[in-house]
Amino acid sequence: MISGLRLPLLMACGLVAGLHAQEKPIAIKGALVIPIAGEPIAHGVLVVQAGKIIAVGPAASTPIPAGAEVLDATGKVVMPGLVDSHSHIGGGTGGDGSSALHADARVLDAIDARDPSIQKAQAGGITTANVMPGSGHLISGQTLYLKLRDGRTIDDLLIPLPDGSPAGGLKMANGTNSIKAAPFPGTRAKSAALVRDLYIKAQEYREKIRRAGGDAEKIPARDLALEELVEVLEGRRIVQHHTHRHDDILTVLRLAREFGFKVVLHHVSEGWKVPTEIAAAGAAASVIMIDSPGGKLEARDLDWRTPAVLEQAGVLVGFHTDDSVTDSRLFLRSAALGVRAGMTRKGALAALTLANARMLGLDQRIGSLQAGKDADFIILSGDPLSVYTHVEQTWIEGKKVFDRAVAQDRLYAVGGPGAGDPRRAHLCCFTSAQDLITAANQGESL
Amino acid sequence: MNVSLSFRAVALHTMFGFVASFATVRAADEPVMPLAIHGETVYTMSGAPLKDGLILVRDGKIRHVGPATGMVYAADHRVIRAKVVTPGFIDAHSTVGLSGILNQPHDQDQSDKSGSFQPELRALDAFNARDPLIAHLRSLGVTTVNTGHAPSALVSGQTMIVKTHGRGADQDVINPAAMTTVALGRNGLTAAEGASGQGQPSTKAPGTRAKAVAMLRAELIKAQEYGRKRENKDETKRPARDLKYDTLLRAFDGSQPLLVNAHRQQDILSALRIAKEFGVKLVLDGCADAPLVLAEIKASGFPVILHPTMARSNQDAENLSIETAAKLKAAGIPFALQSGFESYVPKIRVVLFEAAIAAANGLGFDSALASITIDAARLLGIASRTGSIEAGKDADLALFDGDPFEYTSHATGTVIDGVLFAGTPR
Repeated sequence: MISGLRLPLLMACGLVAGLHAQEKPIAIKGALVIPIAGEPIAHGVLVVQAGKIIAVGPAASTPIPAGAEVLDATGKVVMPGLVDSHSHIGGGTGGDGSSALHADARVLDAIDARDPSIQKAQAGGITTANVMPGSGHLISGQTLYLKLRDGRTIDDLLIPLPDGSPAGGLKMANGTNSIKAAPFPGTRAKSAALVRDLYIKAQEYREKIRRAGGDAEKIPARDLALEELVEVLEGRRIVQHHTHRHDDILTVLRLAREFGFKVVLHHVSEGWKVPTEIAAAGAAASVIMIDSPGGKLEARDLDWRTPAVLEQAGVLVGFHTDDSVTDSRLFLRSAALGVRAGMTRKGALAALTLANARMLGLDQRIGSLQAGKDADFIILSGDPLSVYTHVEQTWIEGKKVFDRAVAQDRLYAVGGPGAGDPRRAHLCCFTSAQDLITAANQGESL
Repeated sequence: MNVSLSFRAVALHTMFGFVASFATVRAADEPVMPLAIHGETVYTMSGAPLKDGLILVRDGKIRHVGPATGMVYAADHRVIRAKVVTPGFIDAHSTVGLSGILNQPHDQDQSDKSGSFQPELRALDAFNARDPLIAHLRSLGVTTVNTGHAPSALVSGQTMIVKTHGRGADQDVINPAAMTTVALGRNGLTAAEGASGQGQPSTKAPGTRAKAVAMLRAELIKAQEYGRKRENKDETKRPARDLKYDTLLRAFDGSQPLLVNAHRQQDILSALRIAKEFGVKLVLDGCADAPLVLAEIKASGFPVILHPTMARSNQDAENLSIETAAKLKAAGIPFALQSGFESYVPKIRVVLFEAAIAAANGLGFDSALASITIDAARLLGIASRTGSIEAGKDADLALFDGDPFEYTSHATGTVIDGVLFAGTPR
């Protein structure tokens, strides 16, 4: 099959071309555009150029620039690329068993940028993901906010901050996941005490640096863990906090208040028990929607009504996949289940996009279709909340990274022989294993 | 003072505990009100869907089903209305009732780690009908499950077919010994580190695929010899009863097939090879790689209980596809869907949701609904009682306010053996 052989080569070329900013505007017309910021626009027009959105609006008032490449998406739905506020794609890890506290561990140093889970997330319409180390530690390490561009290395996926460092948060956890044999805490109170102790150290470290006033003799020795916590204390790094039980949620809020850090509550299985407390604290909640309660003690009282209850209480609500706990390819489903249990449609769609962007501190760049924002969008075959709808295309910064009409992309969308392998251009052999697999999926023989 | 107060508290607690359980028993014993269920659309699965259909239920059975127009029924019926009515859903393979909601050692009875060959372990002796996950499934329209020991050893035990009524194993059982659970591939390699999610090896063997098949072959030979000797005309020469081989022998006569969990194509082929060699009856389970060996599966004539459509694609199942159900259908291979076994969250999957994903990915609405109703009933050998809405069958029904597969539709009620379970729509 000739096309099967050519495909990886074409992709390799696309990758090189992708390094150059896209100059020619692209206009998507005819679709129902759900900008999230504002009401849905029937027969809307979205214009992107050089990686940014330059216009979005009704066809009548949104001219398509001369020379633009026009994509007719009549009958389709266009919405912002999905933002997953909690994922484990790329297989990254954080701290190890030597301590319960690893503020210096960086998931950056552990992610496989060629892991097929990243392609699968693209197939689910996810364009930005907060990729975290696990929840087995009080502090398991620094997270990364990744753009799921087609990349060769992790560097290709980073979002650089003005100081050049990659955007990310700090992963913390409480409850039973981080309670285990020493050196881990054995109880909830000990868990909080260890965290409190470390944050006080960070406060003192910051104070020593301040007092040194730039005097090299007086500046304390560098401590990478405390440096990260100082970023947290100063609000430059958001705490992304795993927590299930209502009393554990309250402990997170107490610590956040005590040290003044910005926090997003993750999972929040028992959030429905303490909505007013979460709202009063001004904390955001990123909720996981799974098919059944239980599986662990803390998730016994998990309830699909949590996002609705929190939304009604005025809490900023998002969803996350926790991939592979739920599959990135089915992220839209989380919002639909939220609506099933009483959430508003508008709130549920924002919980996949703009709300999550706010939880990552990236809402100036992503999360809605607005002029000036990154050209991250998806094209759907229909209503985003319907099981029968497929993600047809995923675009990041004006470049298409997933197209269901392309055989290999489709393989990552639906699975099948070869979907467990990373995307790769073959370097050897007359016929690569990948070609055989692709052919098998297409019901063809080479 | 303190002593007498706490004594009183204990006495009150005991009394309430007693009253509560008494009330539950009474409710189950009370005569059940006949039901007249009006469905705007009734998917009977024994013909075209009925518009404006009526189902009359009495004494646990469906007494009548047909168009509502012109039908008159006795005044003692409780009238229920639903947008959509389907047969109660059948989960063709689960561990619910053995693998409890808390996932703590005290509620996990799906895997006994003491051996790799334990066909004598019955599901009936471990099934907790009151685990909250059973109520969870029931509230989403699941009325029957084939549940039992997990695919976590070469031979881990048996399954039973049971209603999700929630009374008790003995009251709710349909078939107490449905299948014997076998696992080839990583799930069965209990002597290999990291196999089936276990850190340390839990048995001495099998540690490799070839060893697993060799062990299975050896046990089947022993079963054959045991069976031959048990038929000796001289009673004194018969070997002592052996529950392990009594169980395996039922795979030879087909009354209790081997439910063989196999994801990789080589494991599926090993299962088929063993079946051919010994003439045992199989049901294939999992089968992530089924698209690679469709012809072989089809030729074997054995049905497939496919992995959950949304199962995690890792390890042996890394190549699973949400379109495999459609491929099995196209190939003419009998199949049903399952919730499977989950060692972590979500602790149980809901077969309705698995069918929904299959419906939207090539299988289509009708076949997807069949895969969790009539086709599952046929595969499990219970189609004379369940799986479709027909007069004379058990009154097992699922009620919805829209397309049952749509994420945003709600389950509004479930009927099991004529008993209505309803509350806040889910």
